[in-house]
Amino acid sequence: MTQTIRIGSGQGFWGDWLEAPMRQAQGGPIDYLMMDYLAEVTMSIMQKQKSRDPSRGYARDFVTLMERLLPEVVAKGFKVVSNAGGVNPRGCADAVVAVARGLSLGRSVRIGLVTGDDILDRLDELLAAGHALTNLDTGRPLSDVRPAIVSANAYLGMQPMVEALAGGADVVITGRVTDTGLTLAPMFHEFGWDVDDWDKVAAGTVAGHIIECGAQASGGNLLYHWRSVKGLADPGFPIVEADADGTFVITKHPGTGGVVSCQSVTEQLVYEMGDPHNYITPDGVADFTTIQLEKAGRNRVRVSGVTGGPRTDMLKVSIAYFYGYKAIGSLVYSWPDAYAKAQAADKVLRRRLKDLGLEFEQILTEYVGVDATHGKLAGDPDPDIAEVELRIGVRATERAPVERFTREIAPLVLTGPPSVTGFAGGRPAVQEIVAYWPALIDRTEIEPHVRVEWMDT
Amino acid sequence: MVPKRTARSPKTVPVQLRYLAHARSGDKGDTANVGLIALEPEYYDALVKGVTVARVRKHFRGMVSGVERFELPNLNALNFLLHGALDGGGTISLKTDAQGKVYSTAMLRMEIPVPVGVARKAKRSAQVAVRRSQATPGLRRTKPKK
Repeated sequence: MTQTIRIGSGQGFWGDWLEAPMRQAQGGPIDYLMMDYLAEVTMSIMQKQKSRDPSRGYARDFVTLMERLLPEVVAKGFKVVSNAGGVNPRGCADAVVAVARGLSLGRSVRIGLVTGDDILDRLDELLAAGHALTNLDTGRPLSDVRPAIVSANAYLGMQPMVEALAGGADVVITGRVTDTGLTLAPMFHEFGWDVDDWDKVAAGTVAGHIIECGAQASGGNLLYHWRSVKGLADPGFPIVEADADGTFVITKHPGTGGVVSCQSVTEQLVYEMGDPHNYITPDGVADFTTIQLEKAGRNRVRVSGVTGGPRTDMLKVSIAYFYGYKAIGSLVYSWPDAYAKAQAADKVLRRRLKDLGLEFEQILTEYVGVDATHGKLAGDPDPDIAEVELRIGVRATERAPVERFTREIAPLVLTGPPSVTGFAGGRPAVQEIVAYWPALIDRTEIEPHVRVEWMDT
Repeated sequence: MVPKRTARSPKTVPVQLRYLAHARSGDKGDTANVGLIALEPEYYDALVKGVTVARVRKHFRGMVSGVERFELPNLNALNFLLHGALDGGGTISLKTDAQGKVYSTAMLRMEIPVPVGVARKAKRSAQVAVRRSQATPGLRRTKPKK
């Protein structure tokens, strides 16, 4: 049985630091590079792109990156596991194959493709069969928003990725799989663990949770003694050194910036946490109250003791639907009386919106520098505050009132309170709101549709 | 007859959470989570006793609709779910902090009563940390070389 494997994190979200995957490939040994591209609303953005151009709908950054990364994959023999495929994993895989063929790699590269998470085309069939796909947060049935739905994907677990690796894939490309599955799959593939060894599932899930947000586990966004975190210009992304017994060490490559400590790992463990006793994934349920952390050297934290329970019969489904429109405008008011001027401007603007008869679902005013992040908890501002940014947002189901709002910001410069600046960006943009609808579905409706295939270059 | 006082509870003083804990927050829909982690293991008990659901609800009054708390003694941490905190959350929210990324720091403004010994140590550690951060090479006092 394999002794220890090293799984590096290369991207924590679509838009993360582009140099990180190459740093992981070149900074020391790794066996796997996992890259998470999919946040809750990412799928809907990709679906929009796909509706304009059927060949798109995936993280194109990933394909560009593969031009640099594939020579490293071939030279060093590590494997890449990523959900960069978004709503078009096949298109993503095709693009990677084309990239590989354009490079002189010296050998064929095998791409493993996982599909079957996309249920957009099956929604009516599923609703007709009695699956209400009720919103987990609001309790509303999906039929309420059916015509507005943009994308619908079930969260797949690790199993198809394990299969792809077992079939010899150098690069595994998926659509909507869980972030944690990207780390679990290499462990199960290498160690041959039983899929119902729930403590192993839980341990791998914890490992996946720790590294799925990239440098957020290794010094990035770390509040604990933040001034003492050095080298963030070149942060080392986290690496899991996993052992067959289910324990593992979190570390990073030598010579990189940032820090791996019990505190940095703990901050990431509590990130986006719900009930810590029940961290539910398609592969099992992890109990975060069993995690033991221990410093195991410089920038090394050992994780052990993790236990968990059986997987549930349901899979989570992420649905995106068109909600409406919003726009956010801002202006900056300066000393003296900066806050009072910004407040007066807000009154003027609201009065004009009212006089125009515009109807909004919501108008939200924040004063950046005074209350934007902490609300009333921030207390009264310094009366001599140098400047305050008036930030005002509106939301409506119709486009017209939002569009008109965007034309009401600039006029305040010459027709409102004095000492105003910061409008060089021009008129704010009207943004379409695509909202997120979490639901559950029987696993048996999804799993028979999951396919794994391989493409050689 | 006045009962004899047998045990005396130790004196407590209010301390802001920033001196006792570090924190990180995230979102799930319209709910923000705040993970509150004791800066030193010995502060954890004070957090468990002091950062109650009732106090957190009061602290965030008007900002959240409900509060849940979970204990993680293994990590010296508490996890809070603050429901209705994000103006609809995700893409719907108009807030600067639509994803609750800095709700954690809003929690650190809270004051809780802690034993005098803990308060003293927490304040002293904070002073040391700030002094250390302010010590730049140009200002550091060094012995003149002979």
